This record gives sequence, C-alpha cells and structure tokens, in this order.
Amino acid sequence: MSRSIRRLGIALVCLMIALLVNITFIQVFQGDNYRNRADNKRVLLEEYVRERGPILVDSEPIARSVDTGGELKYERVYPDGPMYVSATGFYSILYGATGLERTENDVLSGSSDLFFFDRIDQLISGRQPKGGAVTTTLNPAAQEVAWQGIKGTIGAVVAIEPATGRILALVQSPSFDPNRLSTHDTEAMRIYYNDLLNDPAEPMLNRPLVATNPPGSTFKVVTAAAALESGRFTPSSLVPGPAEYDLPGSTKTLRNWTGADCGPKGMVTLIEALAQSCNTAFAWMGNELGADALRAQAERFGFDQAFEVPLRASTSEFPANPDEPLTAYSAIGQYDVRATTLQMAMVAAGVGNGGIVMNPYLVQEIRGPDLTILKTFAPTEYGRALTPEHATQLQDMMVAVVDRGTATTLQGIMDANGNPVRVGAKTGTAQTSPDRPPVAWMIAMAPANNPTVAVAVMIQSPGEAEVSGNAIAGPVARRVLEAILQQ
Amino acid sequence: MTMTEPEFRQTVRLTQPTRRGLELFLIACGWSLGVLGTLQVGWTTGEPLGQRFWITAAVVGALAVVAHLVVRWRIPYADPFLLPVATTLTIIGLVMIYRLDVAAAQSAERRNQIASTPDVYAQLTWYAIATLLFFGVVFLIRDHRRLQRYTYTCGLLGILLLILPLLPIIGSTVNGATLWVRLGSFTFQPGEAAKILLTIFFAGYLVMTRDSLAVVRTKFLGIGLPRARDLGPILVAWAVSLGVLIFQKDLGTSLLFFGLFVTMLFIATQRRVWLGLGAALFTFGAIGSYFAFSHVRVRVQIWIDPFAYAQDAGYQIVQGLYGFANGGLFGTGLGNGYPQLVPFANTDFIVAALGEELGLTGLFAIILLYGVLIERGLRTAVAVRDPFGQLLAAGLSITMALQVFIIIGGVTRLIPLTGLTTPFLSYGGSSLVANWIIVGLLMVMSHRARQPVAVQHTDLDALTQIVPITRAK
Repeated sequence: MSRSIRRLGIALVCLMIALLVNITFIQVFQGDNYRNRADNKRVLLEEYVRERGPILVDSEPIARSVDTGGELKYERVYPDGPMYVSATGFYSILYGATGLERTENDVLSGSSDLFFFDRIDQLISGRQPKGGAVTTTLNPAAQEVAWQGIKGTIGAVVAIEPATGRILALVQSPSFDPNRLSTHDTEAMRIYYNDLLNDPAEPMLNRPLVATNPPGSTFKVVTAAAALESGRFTPSSLVPGPAEYDLPGSTKTLRNWTGADCGPKGMVTLIEALAQSCNTAFAWMGNELGADALRAQAERFGFDQAFEVPLRASTSEFPANPDEPLTAYSAIGQYDVRATTLQMAMVAAGVGNGGIVMNPYLVQEIRGPDLTILKTFAPTEYGRALTPEHATQLQDMMVAVVDRGTATTLQGIMDANGNPVRVGAKTGTAQTSPDRPPVAWMIAMAPANNPTVAVAVMIQSPGEAEVSGNAIAGPVARRVLEAILQQ
Repeated sequence: MTMTEPEFRQTVRLTQPTRRGLELFLIACGWSLGVLGTLQVGWTTGEPLGQRFWITAAVVGALAVVAHLVVRWRIPYADPFLLPVATTLTIIGLVMIYRLDVAAAQSAERRNQIASTPDVYAQLTWYAIATLLFFGVVFLIRDHRRLQRYTYTCGLLGILLLILPLLPIIGSTVNGATLWVRLGSFTFQPGEAAKILLTIFFAGYLVMTRDSLAVVRTKFLGIGLPRARDLGPILVAWAVSLGVLIFQKDLGTSLLFFGLFVTMLFIATQRRVWLGLGAALFTFGAIGSYFAFSHVRVRVQIWIDPFAYAQDAGYQIVQGLYGFANGGLFGTGLGNGYPQLVPFANTDFIVAALGEELGLTGLFAIILLYGVLIERGLRTAVAVRDPFGQLLAAGLSITMALQVFIIIGGVTRLIPLTGLTTPFLSYGGSSLVANWIIVGLLMVMSHRARQPVAVQHTDLDALTQIVPITRAK
C-alpha cells in the first residue's frame, strides 16, 4: 500500500501546484485586468483611502484632502473651488477626475515614479502611500481679481508671464463648485452634476483653455506681425484705410466700425490703423499678404497646435483655404478664425517677450509627501514669432492702442511705486453666431518693452461692437495687470 | 554498572529523538506570527487592541503549549510538525477573522448601527473545544487499531449524520445548502464529523474486502475489470454522493466523499482501474446533474463566466477575484485591503481575504503549510505498520487535501465553486473541531509508528541487550 500512497502523494502535490499556478495567474498576470474593471469598487476605495496630495498656489492649498473618518477616508476639499476650478478640475467618486486632478493624478495619488523611495518604504511598512503636492504657477492676486472681474458673465481670463510662459491666472465664468462633486454624498453629487450638464451656460466648460471663439480685432496684432515680418511694411507705412473696402472677387463691402475713413484721403499709417482698429486697412493688408502668410504668422504664435499645460487646450485655428473675401475677414479675426483665450494671451506675451513665444505651463514644481521638491519645471520655448526689432515695433504699436486708440480703459496704470507703466493692448469684438451675443476681447501686456504680464480677457456680452472690448473686457484686464504690476 | 562505549551507542540508536523541542519552537513561531499580525491589524485600522488582545494571545498561547505538553506526555514520538502547522493555520484564521470583525465594526460605526457580535471570540472558544477534543483523542485512542472494531458503527453513524440536516425541525438550510443542524441556538454541520467517521468506515471496510476487490477477472478491451459483484461498494458511494448533491444541494461534500472513497479504494487495492471507474462515474454524474439540476448548472455557468453574473449569482466570486487582484504579489498588508467586500469572507472565502491582504506570497505560504500537513499525514500512513492504520492515515490526509483543493480551487476559479470550509482557517466550530480531531488521530498514529520498539517497558539493562523482536503494544 505504501507504493500507492506515495503515488497518491505525487498526485496531491500536482493538485497543490495547480492551485499555486492558478493563484499566480489571478493575482499577478490577471491582476491589472481585474483591477481595471468598471465595477471594481476597490480601486475607487483605494483612491479615497490614500491621503491625496494638495494642489498649491504659493504654498496655500487650492485642493486638499481632509480626513473624514468615514469608509471613504479622505474627502477632497477646494477652499476657493469656483475660482480655481479651471486649474484644479474636480475629483469625483462618480465622475472621475478632470483638470490637474486628472493630469497630475500620479503625483497626487502617490503612485508616481518620482516617489520611488517613499514607495519602497510603503512596501516594507505596509502603510498607505501618501500623495505628493503639485505647486501651480498661478498668482493668487491675479486669480482673485480676474475671478471677481468676470464672475457673473460668460467669459474667461488667462494671464501669462511672457518671459517664461508661466500661467498666472486661469479663470472661467460661469464656474461651478468642485466641492459638490467630490462630496461623499453621491445622491447630492448626482443631482448637482446633472444640473451642471443641463445648464445652457455650460458651467463645466473650461472656457480659458477649451472654448474657442473668433478673436475679432485682437487678431489684427497677428496680421500686423505678418506685415512687419514680410519686410514690406513698417509701423509708419501708409496703407489704404477707406470707410468701405470692396472685397475683391465679391460684391460685398467691408465697413469700418466708425463708418468713416481711418485717415486723411483714406490712407493711414500701420500704427494708426492698429490704434484705431481700422478694419478696411487690415482687410486690405490680409489680401496683400495672402492667407498663407497670415496662417504662417498665426502658427508661429501657436495656432494649429494643441498645447498641454498639462491640461489639454483646444487647438486655435486659422481657416484652411480661404478665398480673397474670406482672407480679408480672417485678417480682422472674423469668419472662421478661432482662438482660445490662452492663445490670445500667448499672442500678447509673444510680442512682449521680444518675439519669442514660450510654451504656457501651469505646474511649477512637484513635491514629495514630505514637501521636498522633487521636480521643478523649467520654461521652454515654443518658437520665434517675430524678430526682436519687429517685436519692439509691434510693442510700440500696441502701446499706441492704449495711449491714443481704442483701449482707453488701460490708460494710467501705475506700478507699486506709483510710476506710470507703458501698457500695450488690443481690443476686439466678434460675432460668433447671430443668435449668440458677440464676444468682447482685450489682450494686453505691460510694461510694454519688457512685460512681466500678458493677459487675455474674453467676455460674451451684448454691446456696441468694438466699444465692448474696451468697455467690458478692458476693466478686467486692467485689474489683472495692476495685480501683477503692483506686487 | 558500567557501560562500554559500543553498548552506549546502541542505546542512543534505540531511543529515537522525539523532536518535541522543535515542535515547541515552531508553535512559538506560529504564535508570534499571530501576535504580530494582530498588532498590524491594530496599527493599520486604528482599532485599539487593549487588554482583550493580550488575554486572547495568552489564551491561544496557553492552549498551544498545553497541547504540546500533552503530546510530550502521552505521545512523545508523534510527528513534530502536525501540531505546529495546525496551530499556525488556526492562528492565521483567528487573525483574519478578527480583522474582518474590525472591518464590520468600523463599518457599523460609520452607519451609526450597532456592531454585530465579533466572531473571533466564538472561534477562540471553538479552538478551545477543538483542543479538548484533541486531548480526548490522544487520551482515549491509545491504539488506533481499536477503531477498526467500530467499522460498521462508524459507517452507520456517518450516513446518519449526513442525513441529519434533511430531517424536519432540526435540519436547516443556509444559503441554499441543507447541511446544518440546529438545536436551539446551537448549529453545527454534521458533515464535518461524518467526514471522519466515514474515513474510518472506508478504512475498516476496505481492509476487509481489499483482497477480493483487487481481483481482476474480466478483461475488456485489454483493461482488467473488477468482478461485477465487487462493483457494489463504489456504486453505493456514488449513489450516496449523488444523494448529498441532490437533496442537500451540497456539491462540495458530495465531491469530497466520492473522491475520498475512490482514492482510498485505489490505495487499498492498488488497482488503477478503480480510479478509472471512479472518474467515469464522476463524469457521468457530473454531466447528468448539470443537465438535471439548475443549481449545478448555475455553478458551472458562473465558473465559465463569472462577470456575466457579477451583480447577482457571481457577485461573491467576482468580488473574491477583485480581492486577489488587489492583493497582487505582496498583498495590501493586514488591515489595508477590503476583504469585507466579499460576502462570507470569514468562512468559504477566507482565502480571498488572505490573498488580498497577504498577497501571493502569503497564500503560497499558507498552501505550503497545508502541503506540509498533508505530507506529514501521508508519511504517517507509510510509516504505520498495520494496513488499517495506513488506510486511515492516508484517508484522513486525503480528506484534508481534497477539501483544501476543492475550496481554494473554487474560490480561485480553478474549478466550479462548491461550498466547503477551509480547514483550520474558516470561521465555524464544526470544521475546526473535526480537523483538530483529524490532527489528533494522525498524531496518535505517528506516535505509534515512530515509537522505538519496546522502549516503554524495558529498563536500561534491557536496552543494552539485543532488542526483542516484538511489536509495540
């Protein structure tokens, strides 16, 4: 019998090996497969049990995890939720994560490879990983005034540090409260989320980065840049600026918003054309330069390119093959030109920064759970949009817009010491569709020849064409400029 | 009296080392593992351990040490690994049951409900009772061969116990399976005791009939077949197993008994044909019951695609798989996982709970512990000198092996899930007590097998002389 017992022993060993192989298969090889299934509650619980790292503005949290003592141990709290939501996004048990909460999830949840040594420690001690911190480039003062300025409207503000591309302000309106999407009360969350979805004002749309609108006359800065770069024009070149411009190849005419000639005998210098926002002059210029030259210039500012800041911004577009009339419209930022608020801030910043466009970015540094700095992000160059000398010329042209042109609300800005600051700007208004109110724009940068801030304000608002850029978007831009300049 | 050196050496060879010191050391290791594990649960869950923890640790330690002392006193030559492995597995079970108690209490607290009674103290009580019964086996069954006299009594009692849950009033159906007996507030699973009684019956019966069962007369297609009249026992075992399946809806027990009988039949007769016949009958029964009984069909369908039933019938197994996946290679650590998300995490699915928190490495260790237990059992079977003892020890080891394979294989989706307890680990008194009785029986037998011949009743003078060729009493 001993022999058959031994044989049986071998058979039992085989059974045990089958168990071990199968368990290895489940726990190791199939593990990811099971973990990624939508109905796997553990993954979510796991997310909430970790102390998620904070998102910081100047070492003040704009998103942090608070210990609730519940089954979902931590709750995400946003002290100034609606004001910062364009940057933070939300972190929801039902609806996932958006914004920095999504793009920086590795760091915030503590699973980033940057935390290698912390993870070894966790492996040994069996403790839950603690998330790292993400410090943003945002400036709290600029953010605050931008938010106060557009609250209650439909609009967006983006401010950039021209020399680096650091995003100083990123605000949307209408906004929403991310706290109500990270609450553990899922029923209330569901109701709130559906309300937001059904709101025609689209409060969850990240307007500064994602919404694209015709940039209107602010695009004339791009056209002017193309004109200077062509080598055929200087700021003092005389160009035709009649009250009406007969669009070539069409029976239509394009009118100035004033209804008058832009200069004596319908001729105007380029600098005055920009200062007065002369439609006919820039429409003529567009056809002189051609659609390809305009597109090339726009692309040097960042059009036709999707930026990740690291939130993904929409691509700003210059139309593909416009005929002559449409090229004329495009040159003044109408028709099918589409730009994000971020893009127009980049145009102002690129001009201000001696013609060099910097890649915009929102994350300054990454800190470990113990707040030691693990990674600092350095500015990167997107490319050169203008030669330095053309950039200086265009800066002066933009200053003329403020000093004697359409951007009067930006006159008389002082720095912290009470000294006057030269401000360059451009106003704009664009009709998106007949049933929607026009969009008022203001792009600006200051101090003009060596700017520390560039800003773009976009507000959807009914109002007098061209005046509204100055009257509606202007005050917001002014407050943002002052917030930075007076620090 | 003086002793010359060669004579002395002879003495040493005769008194085999008992290795009881090793046993005590291993028990201490298992106990420390439990203490550390519980401390970790306290640390990670933030649940204060308090005085109760140290009292529990002391009680467990005392039970294990007393068991060791009893072994040292009564059966000093018993296998030194059986007791520590069984103790360690019981302790791992206690830690996990405690950990699940904590999860239940914290979840009740969060919902402002009153926490249910913790299971760990009930299990601890059962462990004490199991240890007492283990002592009972050690003291009362000095010679396992006496059990052979009760072959038919055991068989009858075993069948009776199996039928017990089907009786009105006392029988009780839990989660679809009728395998419980309820007397007042006291419930137990008679199937666990039946398991031992039937193993004794099979051993006794097969020892008596193995010669005739081993006879091969008919040849069919070159395969030697047993005589038709010898097919009786295997057909009866098959019918009883099917009966359990049909009337009690208990796939696990049914599979366990049939597998046990067929393998014991094979050991007794050393005829592979019985394995073939058993496999054929099993296949026939399995296919038949798949088509005949919806509860079998459901189990198989869940096995093939559990995710299709993730929200209803397959919920438990799917949650178990998620638990395993969450554990990965090293586990989440005790107290860091979500084993409470699996229904019945502390009974049938305790392996999923352990897999989640201790990981693949922890499960490997646990399965290897079972491997050691089974190997020591089979080693005892080989070492025992009488055929009844050999069959009994082998049968008891196989019971444990099959039970481990059926339940762990079911939980990990290697085979369709059938409800069985996980020996020593699962919460539940009947199972714990029954398995400790098995350990007691194996240890008594291994003591008798390893006991040096005639050492008990000889003095030193006798030892130095030629050993009389007699068998130990």
